[in-house]
Amino acid sequence: MKILVPVKRVIDYNVKPRVKADGSGVDLANVKMSMNPFDEIAVEEAIRIREAGKAEEIVVVSVGPTKAQETLRTALAMGADRAILVQVEDDVDVEPLAVAKILKAIAEQENPGIVMLGKQSISDDSNQTGQMLAALMGRPQGTFANTVEVDGDSVTVKREIDGGLETVKLSLPAIVTTDLRLNEPRYASLPNIMKAKQKPLENKTPADYGVDIAPRLKTLKVAEPPVRSAGIKVADVDELVAKIKALGIA
Amino acid sequence: MAESGMDPEIFDQFLDQLQRYVRERLIPAEKEVIEHDRIPAAILDEMRNMGLFGLSIPVEYGGAGLNMQQYARVIHVMGYAAPAYRSIFSINIGMFSSALKNGGTEAQKAEWWPRVAAGEIACFGLTEPGSGSDSAGLQTTAKPDPSGNGWILNGTKRYITNAPSAKVALIMARTNKDNLPKNTHVSAFIVPMDAPGVSTGTPDKKMGQSGAHIADIMLDDVHLPGEALLGGETGKGFRFAMMSLDNGRISVGAMAAGLARRALDSAIRYANERKAFGEPIANFQLIQQMLAESEMEIYAAECMMDDVTARADRGENVLRKAAAFKVFASEMCGRVVDRVVQVYGGAGYLAEYDAERFYRDARIFRIYEGTTQILLLQIAKHMLREWKEEQR
Ligand SMILES: Cc1cc2nc3c(=O)[nH]c(=O)nc-3n(C[C@H](O)[C@H](O)[C@H](O)COP(=O)(O)OP(=O)(O)OC[C@H]3O[C@@H](n4cnc5c(N)ncnc54)[C@H](O)[C@@H]3O)c2cc1C
Ligand SMILES: Cc1cc2nc3c(=O)[nH]c(=O)nc-3n(C[C@H](O)[C@H](O)[C@H](O)COP(=O)(O)OP(=O)(O)OC[C@H]3O[C@@H](n4cnc5c(N)ncnc54)[C@H](O)[C@@H]3O)c2cc1C
Repeated sequence: MKILVPVKRVIDYNVKPRVKADGSGVDLANVKMSMNPFDEIAVEEAIRIREAGKAEEIVVVSVGPTKAQETLRTALAMGADRAILVQVEDDVDVEPLAVAKILKAIAEQENPGIVMLGKQSISDDSNQTGQMLAALMGRPQGTFANTVEVDGDSVTVKREIDGGLETVKLSLPAIVTTDLRLNEPRYASLPNIMKAKQKPLENKTPADYGVDIAPRLKTLKVAEPPVRSAGIKVADVDELVAKIKALGIA
Repeated sequence: MAESGMDPEIFDQFLDQLQRYVRERLIPAEKEVIEHDRIPAAILDEMRNMGLFGLSIPVEYGGAGLNMQQYARVIHVMGYAAPAYRSIFSINIGMFSSALKNGGTEAQKAEWWPRVAAGEIACFGLTEPGSGSDSAGLQTTAKPDPSGNGWILNGTKRYITNAPSAKVALIMARTNKDNLPKNTHVSAFIVPMDAPGVSTGTPDKKMGQSGAHIADIMLDDVHLPGEALLGGETGKGFRFAMMSLDNGRISVGAMAAGLARRALDSAIRYANERKAFGEPIANFQLIQQMLAESEMEIYAAECMMDDVTARADRGENVLRKAAAFKVFASEMCGRVVDRVVQVYGGAGYLAEYDAERFYRDARIFRIYEGTTQILLLQIAKHMLREWKEEQR
């Protein structure tokens, strides 16, 4: 079986994003970028499935600027086998639907048993690509995976839902999106980083897959969240209850 | 010959991973390292798998082929975490591997580089009970074995980093009973730690750097084959050792700069959280002075690090500059951790906070790999010699 893992290059999760002065978006100049943490979990899970002898090949794909090559190299260094970069101009933001269409086209060529995505990317927190891909492909989906168990021609996914876990069994091929507690991704070792440089990385464009990436959404304005003002201390529980009542919360 | 080192793109990617590893894994595990006075086995395995034990060893021998600048940057990043993490692999990629590079025979390289690159721990034995700064005064002897072409070693080495866990030691011993010009009475030997007659003492209790260990190595009629003599020639051990110390000094300087940075970062956080007279102490200019002076000095050390290592990679003799970097960075680190304790106020004196640990951990940097005094003397000696030569 082959596993397809899409990975996105996003602002490093340790960086505090700043909004551009003109409110047109987040300032990415000279900001450290890394692989979306949920995608890292997806790469790790794919590697574990391969290590358990249940998959033969892991193909990673990124839709992004030239620099997304670095993200793909990181995935290759972790253990993926080959990479596809679907390159777009540096400042172009590809929306989830366009990404899903590109992934569908790639999946049609590659025939993966599982497409393993992060549940969302920390850049825009859309949480849509996996679901859209499943709908476009007409295949089952197991989102917010907490555990993934491949067994023959099916995959059992324990999903994180409000109030606990839900178990779904999907017939392959299927779409899985990863949640935070699925695994702890490994650190790429130096020998593997060196080997990754030799692994194949194919360069493509959205046009190669006949996908129009023109935006369908318009960003009106991006603003910093309001600064939280300091709270007040109450003397005891009675005062707290009185305050809550006064605010009409309870 | 210029040392190009590892492909810069690959190196950047590795350094990135290492920074993450330090932040997400090594720093959170520091408490455990200190409490149990050892690095957890799982972390040691990870460090081996990541390739840390062979960083500077040539690729053909199982290492990663870093040049001096890349090596220093790795140590600088590691310096941000507890020093024990650096200690455990620093002799492998520092003095042991560079002594092999400077003086080893092809057979010695082929035997030992792959082993230490894979994570067998190495140590370096120069200091003795009766000789530290006066390293050429060592008393350990290596005498030709009357039955064959081998050697018999006798003596005691003191304060040897990693001795308790090492699989191999590079031991400096005298092959002539008199001190000779240029210290050619000293030779270097590669000694497997399981050779009959080799034993180690109980690890010494230290001021700081919990999790890193030093101990005596006792050599009692240790029979070694002829191939154990580094480079296959007597009289060169001291020169090899001194050449390797350049590397060791750069490593200590880089580590000191990394620890100073860590300590300063923690002081900035504390100064913003701690309030006195109704406001964060970071607002007080006398606190700001301590922060700014520390920043300035760390920056200077980092610049020295990049300069001396670039020169080393271009093939320049950096003896004087490596010594200058080590002295400056270690003394600077001492000043920074002292200020950091001060910024913490009473909390700085308490074991509950990190400041006093930084303070204790940093103290050794001014002593090992050449004390500040010895290195100042060396720097001056070379300056004066050069001046005299220019006058002729
Ligand atoms: C934690 C730790 C790890 C170590 N690891 C190793 C190791 O792995 N391998 C190894 O071989 N050694 C190791 N050492 C030993 C270390 O290198 C020596 O301690 C150091 O070189 C100083 O030698 P000494 O302790 O004998 O001090 P001494 O030489 O006795 O010096 C005492 C003082 O006298 C000063 N002094 C000495 N001579 C002069 C002079 N001519 N002029 C002015 N001042 C002078 C020194 O600067 C110092 O202040 C380690 C030591 C420690 C504490
Ligand atoms: C071992 C020990 C024993 C002690 N014993 C006693 C005891 O018996 N009785 C007792 O009452 N206390 C005792 N103390 C407390 C001690 O007196 C305080 O720790 C000390 O006064 C510093 O106060 P602090 O720790 O709150 O530091 P802080 O006041 O928080 O100071 C932190 C830093 O900010 C600086 N700072 C603060 N305000 C300013 C300013 N306006 N401008 C510039 N810099 C400023 C300080 O100089 C310091 O560097 C003890 C402390 C220790 C560690």
